[in-house]
Amino acid sequence: MPLNHFLILSAILFSIGAIGVLIRRNPLILFMSIELMLNAVNLTFVAFSRYLGNLDGQVFVFLVLTVAAAEVAIGLALIVAMFRARATVNVDEANSLKG
Amino acid sequence: MLRCIIIMELIIFYLFAAIAVIAALGVIALRNPVHSALALALVFVCLGAMYVLLNAPFIAAAQVMIYAGAILILFLFVIMLLAPEPESGAGALRFQRAFAIIFGGVLVLQLVAVLGNAVLPANIPSAVTTSGDVYAIGRKLFTDFLLPFEITSLLLLVAMVGVIVLAKRKSE
Repeated sequence: MPLNHFLILSAILFSIGAIGVLIRRNPLILFMSIELMLNAVNLTFVAFSRYLGNLDGQVFVFLVLTVAAAEVAIGLALIVAMFRARATVNVDEANSLKG
Repeated sequence: MLRCIIIMELIIFYLFAAIAVIAALGVIALRNPVHSALALALVFVCLGAMYVLLNAPFIAAAQVMIYAGAILILFLFVIMLLAPEPESGAGALRFQRAFAIIFGGVLVLQLVAVLGNAVLPANIPSAVTTSGDVYAIGRKLFTDFLLPFEITSLLLLVAMVGVIVLAKRKSE
């Protein structure tokens, strides 16, 4: 099971996530695309960890998982606060710093 | 016997890879955010299966538990809470969608060209590779990666405090 296959799959998932970030206007789906990108990177880490015989990659994935969880929690709280202030879920309309 | 294992690995890989890519396309393309969230859950589970294929059972379990079991539930809660109407407008720039798809396509072509032709270390047979079971990961986490582990606990504390402060209603 060559390493290239896993890396190409990871690249495809990362690009799909990047396209999602650029296309969608709903901040929730924007967030989901970011999570998709993080998962693609996790796959790269684990694939390299297996093919170099080193467990450092998997421990790093564990830490990335934790940071992603914290980031999602804070990001969703921000979205809820933004929705309360403006009653819209469109990223383009959040273009002034005044809250 | 070894050929059987190799063929089985290939079949499992391609099956879960195809499902993951289709589900990822579903995440960015479906109109209803709840459908997108469910497609994302499918991506998480497929990646969990990939991790099992890569000798990482602990990471696979952690992935399904944390991502599909906690983060996704958070997403669904917020989607149900906000109940967003369907998106209007196509973006701040003209032709934003077209540019995004073109650039994304260029990105994926570049990455596939680089990674597909890369010269990579030889395939270490599965029997030799250390499996990422709980004991081995725990050992690494508490010896080599002790500082990141402690900082992560601090990060989670900060995240919890931040969420409570952000989401609290201002008491008038």
